[in-house]
Amino acid sequence: MYRIIKKLLKNSASLVGLLLLLVFILIAVFAPFIAPPLFPDPYQIPRMSWDIEPRPPGSPITDDMRFVYESLGKPVIREQAIFGTAQGGYDIFYGMIWGTRTAFRVGIVTVAFSVLIGIIGGSIAAYFGGWIDELLMRLTDIFLSVPFLVAAMVLTTILGRGLDKVMIALIAFGWMGYARVIRGSILCTKEEAYVIAAKALGVKDFRIIAFHLLPNTIFPVLVQASMNIGSMVVTAAALSFLGVGAPLGYADWGQMVSFARNWIIGAPGKAGEYWYAVFFPGIFIVLFVLSWNLVGDTLRDILDPRLRGEL
Amino acid sequence: MLSYIIRRLLILPLILLGVTFVIFSLFSLLSPMEKLATYINNPTVLKNPQAAQKLIQKYHLDDPFPAGYFYWLKSLLKLDFGWSPTANQPVWEAIKQRFPATVELVFYSIIPVILVGIWLGVISSVHHNDILDQTIRVTAIIGWSLPTFIFGLLVLFIFYGILGWLPPGRLSTWAQYIVYTGDSFKHYTHFITFDALLNGRLDIFWDAVKHLIGPIITLSYISWAYLLRITRSSMLDTLRKDYIRTARAKGVEENKVIYQHARKNALIPVVTVAGMMIVEMLGGVVITETVFTYPGLGFWAASSAQQLDYGSVIGFALLFAFMMVIGNLIVDISYALIDPRVRLE
Repeated sequence: MYRIIKKLLKNSASLVGLLLLLVFILIAVFAPFIAPPLFPDPYQIPRMSWDIEPRPPGSPITDDMRFVYESLGKPVIREQAIFGTAQGGYDIFYGMIWGTRTAFRVGIVTVAFSVLIGIIGGSIAAYFGGWIDELLMRLTDIFLSVPFLVAAMVLTTILGRGLDKVMIALIAFGWMGYARVIRGSILCTKEEAYVIAAKALGVKDFRIIAFHLLPNTIFPVLVQASMNIGSMVVTAAALSFLGVGAPLGYADWGQMVSFARNWIIGAPGKAGEYWYAVFFPGIFIVLFVLSWNLVGDTLRDILDPRLRGEL
Repeated sequence: MLSYIIRRLLILPLILLGVTFVIFSLFSLLSPMEKLATYINNPTVLKNPQAAQKLIQKYHLDDPFPAGYFYWLKSLLKLDFGWSPTANQPVWEAIKQRFPATVELVFYSIIPVILVGIWLGVISSVHHNDILDQTIRVTAIIGWSLPTFIFGLLVLFIFYGILGWLPPGRLSTWAQYIVYTGDSFKHYTHFITFDALLNGRLDIFWDAVKHLIGPIITLSYISWAYLLRITRSSMLDTLRKDYIRTARAKGVEENKVIYQHARKNALIPVVTVAGMMIVEMLGGVVITETVFTYPGLGFWAASSAQQLDYGSVIGFALLFAFMMVIGNLIVDISYALIDPRVRLE
């Protein structure tokens, strides 16, 4: 473990990735201080105006909106929208900061649950073999034969809007890869002498899987999982972009990009007028994914000695 | 070889049945009323509880899971996918109408992926670790990290917003007028580019191409980056093999070594990733078409999803799942054709 961390820090690509991740973690942890929430639900993005049209960075809060907040008895904490406002007057800066928390939550929760389901399914299939294996693996094949984004889109549409629904959809169609990997490595390990010895001693099946097989096979799955966090966040953002993800006004990077969709081209003769509406959400998503990819890529190289110095 | 293909074809119906099972499970999460909404084209019926109850029984929407699945499959076989309020026509008609546009887009996206991805991958491996290789690699990693919807917006922003070259949609208004009204423009294939050439209308052909370039780039860049990486590492692996050293020692020209001896064998693992590229593209179609308002299946599916038009979304998912199963079958068979070792499994 120590050796791996040392290597991750020595490789310049993964060092950049780790630093970026650290920045994102700090943003997520200190979100309440960087962008103090106005509403009881901190993920609700405050609006700086009633305008449909986005406003450039540095725009002050409108008098209308100030009046609304004051009459609600809320202090106006932000006088200016540092990154501008998106379609509907939503504060882009606030959306970015709290969207970081959303991104981590979506990435970690979906990957954790997918890994859990994959491990349970994969290890049961490999350990018991026979018709159980056949059944579970065919089930995996069938789930794999629906394109991931399409499947997630359908399930989210049916379950209804909301981030929890998005996560359920991503988990329901995201566990198959892990199941296959864990099955493969358990099939290799289960004939080892120490497993047979444990069986001969009468150790229960569940104990053998949990305490003898999994500790020796789980590592490749964890690497794969860390590499998938970025892509899960992108898929969730894509669903929000398509309009079936987070509810309106929820701090979510994908939604911020979808706000920018209608404004990307700008008025005739003033191309790029609304660049900020897509630039800030875009840069956050790209850097987030890039950091996971850089770390994951190096991690894979370190653990797969065949590729050392090549990729 | 033949027995391998027959074996694969025999499993095909089972997989397709499994896919319908998964999608019906999703469908059965809806309440009978919501299910009914996917079958009728006149929403006022839903306000009359008795009429609605009758229709629910007629379509077997309240039946237990196995019976409901049976009747649902039966209606699928009759190509009855329900009614699409988004398209204001039956789902099957909506699919048929939009299918050619999507196929045209995917068709043109696959060709550059294969050519450019493999070409760059080979170059990258031959110039291992020098500046050209590093540039190609870094570009690929950045491309890999750019989500499709952001990349697409970027393309639209630069090439339409600023430069005005690549407009969104499928055709300009004047071309639409010629293509869809009157009888002067014959639809032979429903691929606008082919039809325009067959009709001898170069101006419409050029207009269609301009509308296609942006979506093609957006749909295919991730697959480029992916294919490039795989080709590169597989080439590097092959170039170190003994038979390559032998060829070089015999005095075979370097170009011949790379393009005739090494590339052929290096391309075998590349075929395996084709399956993964199909997944990437079918998902990418939805986003790409939405970004460019390209009137294909993906755009329609995304708008249906936003309007909770369940029937359309389910029909779309079925179609895409079937396309993916068939695509994977083709990949597997061509893999077996290229690499004899696969058949022995």
